[in-house]
Amino acid sequence: MPQNIDEIPPTPMNTVSSEVVKTGGWRAFKPVCDESRCIKCWICWKYCPDVSIAIGENGPVFDYDHCKGCGICANECPVKCIEMIPENK
Amino acid sequence: MIEIRFHGRGGQGAVVASRIIAEAAFREGKDVQAFPYFGVERRGAPVTAFTKIDDRHIRNKSMIYEPDHVIVLEASLIQAVDVTQGLKKDGMVLVNTESDPDEIRRQLDFDNVAVVNATKIALDNQLGSKVQPIVNTGITGAFARASGLISIESVEAAIMNIVPRYPEKNAKAARDAYEAVMLPGGG
Amino acid sequence: MVKDIMTGNKATAYGAMLARAQVVAAYPITPQTTIVERIADLIAEGKMKAKYIMVESEHSAMAATIAASNTGARAFTATSSHGLALMHEVLMWAAGARTPAVLVNVNRAMAPPWSVYADHQDAMAQRDTGVMQFWAENNQEILDSVIIAYKVAENKDILLPAMINQDAFYLSHTSEPVDIPDQELVDQYLPPFETEVKLDVDNPKGFGSFIMPPQYMEFRGHMARSMDKAREVIRKADREWEELTGRSYGGLMDMYRCEDAEFILFGAGTMMSTAKDVVDELRKEGRKVGIARLRVFRPFPVDEVRYLADRVHAIGVLDRTYTFGYGGPLFNEMNSQMYNHGKRPPTKNYIIGVGGRDVRPKHIRGIFDDLEKVSKEGYGEEGEIHWWGLLDGKTPEEEL
Repeated sequence: MPQNIDEIPPTPMNTVSSEVVKTGGWRAFKPVCDESRCIKCWICWKYCPDVSIAIGENGPVFDYDHCKGCGICANECPVKCIEMIPENK
Repeated sequence: MIEIRFHGRGGQGAVVASRIIAEAAFREGKDVQAFPYFGVERRGAPVTAFTKIDDRHIRNKSMIYEPDHVIVLEASLIQAVDVTQGLKKDGMVLVNTESDPDEIRRQLDFDNVAVVNATKIALDNQLGSKVQPIVNTGITGAFARASGLISIESVEAAIMNIVPRYPEKNAKAARDAYEAVMLPGGG
Repeated sequence: MVKDIMTGNKATAYGAMLARAQVVAAYPITPQTTIVERIADLIAEGKMKAKYIMVESEHSAMAATIAASNTGARAFTATSSHGLALMHEVLMWAAGARTPAVLVNVNRAMAPPWSVYADHQDAMAQRDTGVMQFWAENNQEILDSVIIAYKVAENKDILLPAMINQDAFYLSHTSEPVDIPDQELVDQYLPPFETEVKLDVDNPKGFGSFIMPPQYMEFRGHMARSMDKAREVIRKADREWEELTGRSYGGLMDMYRCEDAEFILFGAGTMMSTAKDVVDELRKEGRKVGIARLRVFRPFPVDEVRYLADRVHAIGVLDRTYTFGYGGPLFNEMNSQMYNHGKRPPTKNYIIGVGGRDVRPKHIRGIFDDLEKVSKEGYGEEGEIHWWGLLDGKTPEEEL
């Protein structure tokens, strides 16, 4: 949004972390885990490039506000319990 | 001058769709401009593209603020983006959806809506995968019929010239969408 | 002649191909554009017979371009914003070494704030390098200018590099119809490059020697003289191109409805194309307005500016950048060319479109209104420099 010249800092500065930038809207496909098959190896958690997977009690917990739907988790999952489903379904 | 805005997601080919419409009009003797929203593209993020069509040489280089028509490549964008922003009152919205046109009219609060299931048409023509169907060519055919601005033959010729992979299948998808589009007010 | 729809980047590549550039040296990473991708395609497809050298920076790109030119090859490169800034040192070398290479620059804003949008600071900062500067308003002009620029640069009386400027996105990524001239026609216009200033094993020479104070000034004077001569060479090259293709860009200045104009706007790039539409509208309302679009910045169109000074009531100068000190670069140039001339109509500087902010017809209309007011009532409190649409709490919403 436009800002008045008297109210802006002299050069662009981030004063908050990138957590406030919701990148979930970029997603065309969202990861969904079938927890009954999850072996809790947490390879998905290690590989997520956007730190959008947390370790949950029964499997990965996806942060859909930030997950961009890259599908690396589904690709790396050794038991293929993560499915990428179209966002508009 | 006719101004058209395209809404898609990065990787869906909204920019190519804008060029197909431009080239189709150019083949019918018009002057044209096609351009992406001046931004940094990333796969999956909402993207915008534009086409200008005029009988006279187009000198105006500024962007489009009040389009005559809007083309939406994916219905889920209606929730993410204000697709009717600035749209002229007598303008038209063409949406790729499997939904009923009345449902889209209600969502947009706009009557002059045409719909086409370009995703199904793409898959029927083996264009892309279920995960990533190629809908940008089909929808240009639907636009030819819904707008009456350009002929389907010009759209097919433009696709044959622009699309590098499977141009025949893409042209067929455009023809199929031309036949299948549900026009505003039925038909 | 074939007409095709293409972006400014593709038009650039076609210009280089039709000009039969033999060596292309470029750095392919940001802020580079698809120009060099298109050229690589043309070479890979066998349509363009050129050696493509991928280098590790824009500084090296220009260095390789100079070296290629020194072997007698027609050399080409392309860059943008920070890439052009990194080339700065080597642009001076290219000019001093009298290498008639051509480069296309996609005009983008300098960071920070980080940006990839249209802005003229990158090119204006190269004013004093000795590189000729052409400015395009559409993709046809880009393609044509690459060919015309070689014709001028390789003239034995000139031997200076040339840069063609195109606005980021407005041209670089916008597709529009472009006439692709026949190769035979281009060959007729632009004969193969021949120069005495080249490396030749049968006739060995060395370049870049040290020069003592008694002679250095003469070499600079020689360059200055060539740049001055370039004015007439450019006008002639423009006329010859028109004879072959029917397309003229007005030599150094593209004057639109200036003959009887009372108020004109002077500026460069795509915003001046938009402004021509506004001139037609205002003319219908009976207002005598015109556009003087800068086509060549270096050498500066002194005669053209003075021609306008003799005729008009006031001149608005549009700068898509600022010199951070006082005024925009075109404003200062225009004013200084009129100072020792008999007539000096009032001028006002409008800083507009900086960092890619869209320049819309309503802005141009507003500027014409303001200029007429200035000519009648004087500058007022605001003075002679106006940042058009700056968010300073004074600009009404509808003007943005």
